[in-house]
Amino acid sequence: MARTVLPFGPQHPVLPEPLHLTLTVDDEIVKEAIPKLGYVHRGLEKLAEIRDHTQMIQIVERVCGICSFLHALCYCQGIESLMKVDVPPRAKFLRVVWAELHRIHSHLLWLGLFADAFGFESLFMQCWRIRERVMDLQEATAGNRVIISVNVVGGVKRDIDKEMEKWILESLEKVVKEVNQLRTTILDDYTVKQRTVGIGVLSKEKAYELGAAGPTLRGSGIAQDLRQTGYAAYSELDFTPVVETDGDSYARTVCRFNEVLQAADLIKQAFSKMPEGEISVKPKGFPSGEVVSRVEQPRGEVLYYIKATGKKFLDRLRIRTPTFANIPPLLDMLPGCDLADVPVLILTIDPCISCTER
Amino acid sequence: MKQSVVVLEAASAIESNSINIISETKKLKDGGYRLVTMSSADLGESIDLLYHFDQDLDLVNVRVNVPKGNKTPSITSVYPCAVLVENEIKEHFGVEFDGLPLDFAGMLYLDEEVQKTPFCKIGVNRVETQKQEAK
Repeated sequence: MARTVLPFGPQHPVLPEPLHLTLTVDDEIVKEAIPKLGYVHRGLEKLAEIRDHTQMIQIVERVCGICSFLHALCYCQGIESLMKVDVPPRAKFLRVVWAELHRIHSHLLWLGLFADAFGFESLFMQCWRIRERVMDLQEATAGNRVIISVNVVGGVKRDIDKEMEKWILESLEKVVKEVNQLRTTILDDYTVKQRTVGIGVLSKEKAYELGAAGPTLRGSGIAQDLRQTGYAAYSELDFTPVVETDGDSYARTVCRFNEVLQAADLIKQAFSKMPEGEISVKPKGFPSGEVVSRVEQPRGEVLYYIKATGKKFLDRLRIRTPTFANIPPLLDMLPGCDLADVPVLILTIDPCISCTER
Repeated sequence: MKQSVVVLEAASAIESNSINIISETKKLKDGGYRLVTMSSADLGESIDLLYHFDQDLDLVNVRVNVPKGNKTPSITSVYPCAVLVENEIKEHFGVEFDGLPLDFAGMLYLDEEVQKTPFCKIGVNRVETQKQEAK
């Protein structure tokens, strides 16, 4: 049969976000995949030239809803370095708490969407039901469910009192218990394994060479996680990256599943070591200089390059999101796979096109 | 050193140029570094390109200054994953990369109706550039 060219996306029933691929297939085997971006391109980086450095926090939070806190954290810690601001220790621990809550809800959202991609709708509903507990925690602690908007340059806007801490820890215990109840279904189910084991293998060497990030990188056996650098308060917590070695869709699923449990443990550790004190300091003046700031989002490493000249507006803000880094590895995984596996493979990198096209 | 935030002081980025960038990136790749991404900034007469590399979370930055209208070699022969980011910089800042294996001709994110490079302080005419390329 002659080769056929198929447009895949940007509107596709299984895609949570509008990724567009042009697939060349031979029968039902994918031979080549070419990406096309731009469906939701907004040019948010350009706004740095007409919004001051504090207003930019609200803008970077809207690069992506799911990891809004991590975008703001990455941006704020870059600006704090340029302005030589020392963030109070309590604020650093609070940042860990919200960052890990984001990781739990992002991974549970992904597990649900992933289950839905291969038609396992009851698993999708269970994952999203558990996720609602975390959304409630975010709403109670920050006032918003998704874009929680608590970061400021110099710390955080809100504190968490002892009563709230107790409630968060109790809720997280329930989350951990319920996630563990899903372990057999997610990791041992015949259907799930049929659709994931040995599918979309990304070797350790390829993952590294192609610049993969997050669970896509760690699922291929590379223990690299920005939290190892100890930003925020991670240096004071017991943390080792979750790593899987098989490099297939199943390994990436296991990675994210275990990271949910690890995130709950990190929140527990953060509360146990959190000191009393101030939650923010007020910076003076405007930032000046160039900085590269990186943090570990649920989908992987995000990089902010900020250039400022001591004026009200930044000279340049550049954002490299984890999905952008994971597109070349995805293009390497697709050739040779069945057309039916394309949606599942796309989802294994946990694509966020809103982030990528910012 | 593992660092989450790296402030770029005067000497903390390796200064390179369009002639040496390929050999510089080869050296880093042989040393076990991976390409994290590239950044760019409009300096008025030229575009500043920053190549970010990383090994065990240790970040190395290489800076190349490209005068506007000049070409610079693509590093995709060394790091194939640079193809998307080079297309992005070409589209947003008008920097031409020699040897791009997959050239979106300024249409990765943007449509034809966008007349000028949107991220430059004074945009270069994109449509003319594309027509010249087509010739």
